[in-house]
Amino acid sequence: MTADRTAAPAAAIRINGVDYPVPADPRVSLLDLLRETLNLHGTKKGCNQGACGACTVLVDGERIVSCLSLAVQHAGRSVTTIEGLASEAGLHPLQQAFIEHDGFQCGYCTPGQICSAIGMASELQRGVPSHVTPDLAADHIAPTHDEIRERMSGNLCRCGAHNGIIAAIRGTYAEAAE
Amino acid sequence: MTPFDYSRAGDVAEALRLGGAAQAKFLGGGTNLVDLMRETIERPAALVDITRLPADIAEREGGGLLIGAAVRNTALAEHPAVRRRYPVLSRAILAGASAQIRNMATVGGNLLQRTRCPYFYDDAGSRCNKRNPGQGCDAIDGFNRNHAILGASEACVATHPSDMCVALAALDAVVHVEGGHGKRQMPFGELHRLPGDRPDQETTLQPGELITVIELPSQSIAARSTYRKVRDRSSYAFALVSVAAALKLDGGKVKDVRLALGGVAHKPWRALKAEQALRGGEATAEAFRAAAEAEFTDAAPLRDNAFKIELAKRTITAVLAELAGDAR
Ligand SMILES: Cc1cc2nc3c(=O)[nH]c(=O)nc-3n(C[C@H](O)[C@H](O)[C@H](O)COP(=O)(O)OP(=O)(O)OC[C@H]3O[C@@H](n4cnc5c(N)ncnc54)[C@H](O)[C@@H]3O)c2cc1C
Ligand code: SF4
Ligand code: FES
Ligand code: FES
Repeated sequence: MTADRTAAPAAAIRINGVDYPVPADPRVSLLDLLRETLNLHGTKKGCNQGACGACTVLVDGERIVSCLSLAVQHAGRSVTTIEGLASEAGLHPLQQAFIEHDGFQCGYCTPGQICSAIGMASELQRGVPSHVTPDLAADHIAPTHDEIRERMSGNLCRCGAHNGIIAAIRGTYAEAAE
Repeated sequence: MTPFDYSRAGDVAEALRLGGAAQAKFLGGGTNLVDLMRETIERPAALVDITRLPADIAEREGGGLLIGAAVRNTALAEHPAVRRRYPVLSRAILAGASAQIRNMATVGGNLLQRTRCPYFYDDAGSRCNKRNPGQGCDAIDGFNRNHAILGASEACVATHPSDMCVALAALDAVVHVEGGHGKRQMPFGELHRLPGDRPDQETTLQPGELITVIELPSQSIAARSTYRKVRDRSSYAFALVSVAAALKLDGGKVKDVRLALGGVAHKPWRALKAEQALRGGEATAEAFRAAAEAEFTDAAPLRDNAFKIELAKRTITAVLAELAGDAR
């Protein structure tokens, strides 16, 4: 994925590199803008209440749940969804790792899992601690199984593919870090 | 969702002007407000987005920190000064919600999320004095395993859901507020109300008042502090009971202590009785247990939640022992 070089115009929301007008009705959630207006169906609606993580996207690189977010709040921001991850050269390494590690069964939670894991990797890299981090003062936090499990707890998987999901994430980020 | 006007405030003056309109509400991350609007439990006529107000964490003269209300929960938890000087606050935030929600949620919004229970959401099927004042409360004789054991009323037995607020209660935070009539400050303990006969009124804020800053006083005791949350699953669940504590020892005695509880009351609960019992006394497991007993002499369990009393006592005792062990 190439990072956006310039900021999105103040009146638009940049989604996967393309600028779209902010919806006229402020009630439209970011999730509904993606799915209903822009036909970007990769981002999924599970609970619509912030509880399942299926709708996770990246806004200026940070993971959020798009169902509890009004689209108007993202004017001038840059949103990345699952559709924005692969490039001409092929899948995002994490997408490839999900295939290799059986990180999904039905696939419904997968776009949210992958966007969430990308956000998680940058949080880990900048040293954000988690509930299971033993030493809050540590500069470097190792991406252990427990750390990834805790940090991914906002993404549920009804199929129970969690072990494969964590293996895919560790395969992509932990091994690179080690 | 009922229709509303949306505007975005660039500074505090603009936020106050826009927020002064009838039926206006401030919008932080929206993780509580948008959810309740979708259920039409909240029906503001206007939303004033305050997420682009200055969001700084600044050193206060003479120690302490000034935290902008628009600071995101993640940014507060990861801040080096918070991690080193107020670990209980980092730990409490990191024990709450999910990473996605912490990235969205603002400090001001976390403080002002509704005190609530599942019946509060069930507009079609159940009675709730908080949603419809005077209607009655279906939780009092219903499924109330997760409800309050301290400070509840005949009108409402819901608990305040925030983890962060439990740490702020223990840390003697000060809330800076601005409104049409100027600025004021209040001790954290005066922000939230117990339900009494007006469970619909959860705070002492006036309509249109904006929280601008949360101030953390400089406190050496806070450097040795922690948060423990007991819940039905080990991540991403609200507290059954939680404990925020800071402890300072002098030899084998308790020199000073801060203790606050979550999951037990309509507001973050500062455990003043237990603190009083502890101060100057022996730092032993027996003394910790006795202090916990003192806090719960007035506890009033409901049908399903008596277990919380013993759970809270044990958690207090264990957390104090952990801090005392660390201190030696
Ligand atoms: C699935 C889920 C799980 C959760 N689990 C937990 C948990 O385990 N622990 C926990 O602590 N929390 C939990 N939460 C709650 C979450 O922490 C809150 O929803 C969040 O902190 C609210 O912040 P916000 O900025 O999104 O507030 P908003 O929803 O934007 O606003 C909440 C209220 O605050 C008002 N407001 C916001 N800022 C200001 C201000 N500066 N001045 C005056 N008024 C203001 C708004 O008008 C509104 O009434 C959970 C939430 C969800 C959805
Ligand atoms: S406990 Fe409070 S929030 Fe729950 S139903 Fe009763 S009045 Fe409503
Ligand atoms: S659909 Fe957004 S968290 Fe479930
Ligand atoms: S793969 Fe089916 S829900 Fe996760």
